Amino acid sequence: MALVSMTVNGKAVSGEVEGRTLLVQFIRENLALTGTHVGCDTSQCGACVIHMDGKAVKACTMLALQAEGSTITTIEGLAKGDDLHPVQQAFKENHGLQCGFCTPGMIMTAVDMIDRIPNLDEETVRAELEGNICRCTGYQNIVKSILDAAETTPA
Amino acid sequence: MYQFDYHRAQTVAEAAELLAANDENTLIAGGQTLIPTLKQRLAMPATLIDIGNIADLNFIKAEGNAITIGAATKHADVASSPDVAKHLPALAHLAAHIGDPAVRNRGTIGGSLANNDPAADYPAAALGLDAKIHTNKRLIDADPYFTGMFETALEEDEIITEVTFPHPEKAAYVKFPNPASRYAMVGVFVAKTPIDIRVAVTGAGADGVFRMKEMEDALSSNWSPDTVTGIKVPEDDLLSDLHGAADYRSHLISVMAGRAVAATM
Ligand SMILES: Cc1cc2nc3c(=O)[nH]c(=O)nc-3n(C[C@H](O)[C@H](O)[C@H](O)COP(=O)(O)OP(=O)(O)OC[C@H]3O[C@@H](n4cnc5c(N)ncnc54)[C@H](O)[C@@H]3O)c2cc1C
Ligand code: FES
Ligand code: FES
Repeated sequence: MALVSMTVNGKAVSGEVEGRTLLVQFIRENLALTGTHVGCDTSQCGACVIHMDGKAVKACTMLALQAEGSTITTIEGLAKGDDLHPVQQAFKENHGLQCGFCTPGMIMTAVDMIDRIPNLDEETVRAELEGNICRCTGYQNIVKSILDAAETTPA
Repeated sequence: MYQFDYHRAQTVAEAAELLAANDENTLIAGGQTLIPTLKQRLAMPATLIDIGNIADLNFIKAEGNAITIGAATKHADVASSPDVAKHLPALAHLAAHIGDPAVRNRGTIGGSLANNDPAADYPAAALGLDAKIHTNKRLIDADPYFTGMFETALEEDEIITEVTFPHPEKAAYVKFPNPASRYAMVGVFVAKTPIDIRVAVTGAGADGVFRMKEMEDALSSNWSPDTVTGIKVPEDDLLSDLHGAADYRSHLISVMAGRAVAATM
């Protein structure tokens, strides 16, 4: 076992982990932040996407120890109290989810793409969602939510 | 995953020493190939040596007529580098279409070249541009580097440190992505360098990435899409799997080669 420390949603955290402990396990099991989901074991579904040092990454495809010293935001870190993050609000208003399993990863990916890419269009949003799989919605309203949030987010 | 130890290396020398110390020790860079492999219990390392944070392996340098990229440089950094966009836009395009944004934020050029997946994109650029692969021990030309599917000239305890690409006169990469994984069903990199003309094909070869000499010769006399679309790669040398039969891949190679040449004009 080894000690790992990082900042998660603005709080300094640490814990004992094995070499093989995945970052997503540490987040869900040690920190009890279960908003970050695990939808596959092939690194393809994106349900586990978080931000590490400002970049969207798959928390299931990193070891907890690889995140030593980093700053992490999970889906729980987006809302300010009762105020949803604009992207969360857009998913709510545009019916961007059905079962909700893929939603945390979708939203973390969406926040990252809106930060990175000015003037998002539908084609770009669909290409950027390559690593996020949704079994329910057919993506239509997810794309709509992201475009809506992009428009209302000041550049 | 089986149990293993984890060690974050600070320097290449430290990583090399640890790698040589035990046959069962393994490098990890971006982990985008290795971690899924570990989850399937297809590998059982003693210690994972993380080279992802070594500063000397994270850089993009444009010097003279070449661009050198550190082995632990992420796909996303290559895709967004102004130097790469200026001198080697075909490589920026290639990097921007590997997998998905989260994979590109972790996966590295060194990891991709070391793994030599038969459907990976970077091997086509390295072979198509006659890149030089620098290791902690020596310099390897692209031609002898790629020795077969998932096989390279790297020794067990050798670490890729950087890769040098010459500025081509013209170059383009076009891939037909597998609709599920985004890996190449067929990807063709064409380039005219100051030294020669190259056509490198990934995704299709039964022995991994390969050069298509007949297309190279044809392009030397006439650089146009029509020159290559009529040339067929023999099916015997091609992969046939659930994603596509050999005759389909053979057809795709001719079409992608034509599109790649057209993209340079
Ligand atoms: C969902 C998904 C989609 C993908 N799509 C594509 C795609 O479309 N095209 C594509 O090309 N790739 C794709 N990939 C693979 C991705 O590009 C990987 O990043 C790459 O293959 C390996 O790089 P890495 O840094 O993650 O290597 P790691 O997983 O860390 O390592 C891979 C292997 O290389 C060795 N290694 C790593 N660095 C070095 C070094 N410097 N010297 C010697 N050995 C080294 C390791 O020991 C290991 O054996 C995809 C991956 C995923 C998960
Ligand atoms: S759980 Fe991470 S990609 Fe599926
Ligand atoms: S809403 Fe159910 S998986 Fe996307």
